[in-house]
Amino acid sequence: MSETLDHIASAARTDAPPAILLDKVNKWYGALHVLRDVSLNVALGERVVVCGPSGSGKSTMIRCINRLETHQEGTIKVNGIELSDDLKALDDIRREVGMVFQSFNLFPHLTILENCTLAPIWVRRMPKKEAEELAMHYLTRVRIPEQAKKYPGQLSGGQQQRVAIARALCMKPKIMLFDEPTSALDPEMIKEVLDTMVGLAETGMTMICVTHEMGFARQVADRVVFMDRGEIVEIGEPNHLFENPQTERLKTFLSQILRGH
Amino acid sequence: MSDITLNASAKVAEAAPRSAPISQVGFVGWMRANLFSGWLSTAVTLLLAYMIVRWAIGFVDWAFINAVWSVPNNQTQACRDLRGTGACWAVITEKHRFILFGTYPYEEHWRPALCIALFVGLYIVSAMRRFWRKELALIWVGVLTLIGVLMWGGVLGMPYVPQERWGGLVITLILATFGLALAFPLAILVALGRRSKLPAIKALCVLYVELIRGVPLISLLFMASVMFPLFLPEGMNIDKLLRAQLAIILFAGAYLAEVVRGGLQSLSKGQYEAADALGLSYWQKTGFIILPQALRLVIPPLVNTFIGFFKDTSLVLIIGIFDLLTAGKTAIIEPAWQGFGIEVYLTVGAIYFIFCFAMSKYSQGLEAELNRHRAR
Repeated sequence: MSETLDHIASAARTDAPPAILLDKVNKWYGALHVLRDVSLNVALGERVVVCGPSGSGKSTMIRCINRLETHQEGTIKVNGIELSDDLKALDDIRREVGMVFQSFNLFPHLTILENCTLAPIWVRRMPKKEAEELAMHYLTRVRIPEQAKKYPGQLSGGQQQRVAIARALCMKPKIMLFDEPTSALDPEMIKEVLDTMVGLAETGMTMICVTHEMGFARQVADRVVFMDRGEIVEIGEPNHLFENPQTERLKTFLSQILRGH
Repeated sequence: MSDITLNASAKVAEAAPRSAPISQVGFVGWMRANLFSGWLSTAVTLLLAYMIVRWAIGFVDWAFINAVWSVPNNQTQACRDLRGTGACWAVITEKHRFILFGTYPYEEHWRPALCIALFVGLYIVSAMRRFWRKELALIWVGVLTLIGVLMWGGVLGMPYVPQERWGGLVITLILATFGLALAFPLAILVALGRRSKLPAIKALCVLYVELIRGVPLISLLFMASVMFPLFLPEGMNIDKLLRAQLAIILFAGAYLAEVVRGGLQSLSKGQYEAADALGLSYWQKTGFIILPQALRLVIPPLVNTFIGFFKDTSLVLIIGIFDLLTAGKTAIIEPAWQGFGIEVYLTVGAIYFIFCFAMSKYSQGLEAELNRHRAR
């Protein structure tokens, strides 16, 4: 009850706290400095696309947001809760943040339906029947309800990734993170996954998406973040950023991307 | 131009399908390919077939046609007359109770017999997947307690039977069943502990595995039987069987832990991350995602270790516990029955084989069934 009220209140205020706040985040792998003073605010309902060459730290950054990786310096707040060693806070954050991986990471020994209901039943303590209805609702939304009884290994890559999106949505997250969701897919399957993501964006979900799909960025992103060598180099509206790159690094990156496509 | 060529060849290929020639498929095809593929292979096939048939005829003659099935009052002369040409199964007829129950009081033999039946029943129920529920653990606790009560007695009008008088097959089943049933959960905890982020737990688990694996089971049994009582306060005595049982549990636990760890390592990091990202707790992640996959992958080496330990329980003979093999050995010490070792060892071997082969066949079926999700 109070949650709903808070939600309405924060949506109504323009100075609402950001859904995600990163302030001067630094991270090292041994001697390698992989995130350098990364600062980023993402408002509720905002859709951010992160791009950059491989090894630029973009995956590491979004993996820090639900603490699959730990940062060593700086502050990360999700929905106003700070990420720390406090496990209770971490549980609260992971419930609110859904994640979709490059390699799907479905649970191969469980059926599609079980993949979707496991976390709602055990983390959200939802009755099984309700969880199954919810799962079927989201599987219908990603247009594969008929595969519910199959195992992940029996589905195509594109179908598996759509299941992974449905699985994350079943936890009713407020924020969705996408870590290169289409990079492991055959070209003919990329579109079906992107269409699903566009549909999700239209519902007003807060999204951070690491991807090289420039068409997708132009279509849905409110802002595009360009990262290189662990730093955020440019942030801007997609059309503006792609047409008037301010830095040499972004120019080089864009020309490489265009050549590749 | 090339299009036309392609179309033309496609048309030609549309001939009516016909089956492969009879000489290439089925039993005939298999024989041709595997047994008679050349003159050398034909010669080897015929030679081996001759040897197998001759040996089989000889065995049937010895084991069935010329065999003596029973003799009156330990009069083994009839058996001795047939040495080499016929088996003396009379030794089994005479001594089977000793082999199965050891020196357990004769009138009370129904108790260990019932225990053996309970063990077998427990195995069969546990093997059926439709009984794989939480209640199964309770059934195990209940049945194992009942077996303890039956063997010891002292209640419900059953006379007390000290552990020194237990023996035979029932001892082997007790050591193997209790041993593996307790070693397996221990092994899972140790395997998980070896991957723990907490240095103390990790070190403890590594130390346990390396220490136990570093010594032979025999020396561990000696320690349990000879050295361990020295550390106990005066007057306190722990049952010898229990000490041997503990040694077996600790030993099997270390080996099984390494098998389970192999399964844990074969899972991709993505599985752990996906479970974490969904907010599952450590035990939920381990119980629902990690262990079900890891254990399925290690069914073959797991059963390999199970079978190994089922047979290794026979090592308790060195500390004077009467298991199946020792009972068999002791059965032929009596002068009248000396020299009939082949018959006794064949029987004991057959009993071991039945249990081990059942485990092996069952695990193959289980593996196929549980890994169905990997088939496309």
